[in-house]
Amino acid sequence: MSLLDYFRSSKKNTASTAKERLQIIVAHERRRRTSPDYLPQLERDILEVIRKYVDIADDQVSVTLEKSSDELSVLELNVTFPEDKRG
Amino acid sequence: MAKIIVVTSGKGGVGKTTTSAAIGTGLALKGHKTVIVDFDIGLRNLDLIMGCERRVVFDFVNVINGEANLKQALIKDKRLENLFILPASQTRDKDALHKEGVERVLNELSDEFDFIICDSPAGIESGAMMALYFADEAIVVTNPEVSSVRDSDRILGMLSSKSRRAEQGLPGIKEHLLLTRYNPERVQKGEMLSVDDVNDILAIKLLGVIPESQAVLNASNSGQPVILDADSDAGQAYLDTVSRLLGEDVAFRFLNVEKKGLLKRIFGG
Repeated sequence: MSLLDYFRSSKKNTASTAKERLQIIVAHERRRRTSPDYLPQLERDILEVIRKYVDIADDQVSVTLEKSSDELSVLELNVTFPEDKRG
Repeated sequence: MAKIIVVTSGKGGVGKTTTSAAIGTGLALKGHKTVIVDFDIGLRNLDLIMGCERRVVFDFVNVINGEANLKQALIKDKRLENLFILPASQTRDKDALHKEGVERVLNELSDEFDFIICDSPAGIESGAMMALYFADEAIVVTNPEVSSVRDSDRILGMLSSKSRRAEQGLPGIKEHLLLTRYNPERVQKGEMLSVDDVNDILAIKLLGVIPESQAVLNASNSGQPVILDADSDAGQAYLDTVSRLLGEDVAFRFLNVEKKGLLKRIFGG
């Protein structure tokens, strides 16, 4: 790094932004890869049902299927409600 | 019995063909009888990188279709005694490669060679799937850049689910990470993902790091695999990579910025 660069080095570190974004998307896509094909459709259906009652965005519902042992898989449904729409 | 190694990446333009040419040539330099097979049907380029583009008579698809035998289609390298190239066809027929045909050709090559390097096309279409299907080992070529890392992860998923080893319940394909176009200066400035960053995300064994180098373009311009340019940083990095592939324990080089003199440090450059 030259002396000139030293005075200009207040720029944001883009490599760490890249790493964070990658960690999130890669983890997401790995879950998708190992889950059954019907999961995305199940997620959309659940979203539709909830929307009959509460106005929520697409990314506020997540459905994951985790295999916890050979005999047992757990379907986990996460719905984030907007603060003012609760109840 | 040959060892079949696929050079793959998902994303295009990251250095698969450069790497296939360098590693194949490196294995031959080390005395192993090696063939590099171009799986990029319709977009043949390995011949150019190896400098044998004017010697192509028959190709991979001709052999599969029985229009030529392997002996007629294999191109013997003019520099190295035990190095051969099987060029891709320029046909536009996407289904020119099929499992039975590819398996037959690979089996025949396997009797003759120590290593078969499969140079995969980009993407996840049938050509790329054929290139990885029969592999024993995979070299996943990745640039320190978001789209390349993501696509590499995608390919790792394919390697573990869509290969012959996966389908037959055999031990999985041995996966190696090769980071190319690495620029230590930009890493130091926080502008480029580091080796450790990429390793954290992909979590497979690091086989080599090839620095961004002018030698690579010079090599492809003249049809000489860059590994033959033993004075260049990229050439040396590929030589180290081949040694590691053969099980030698070689320290990583070209990961850090070379120390500059006082004048350079003041004025940059």
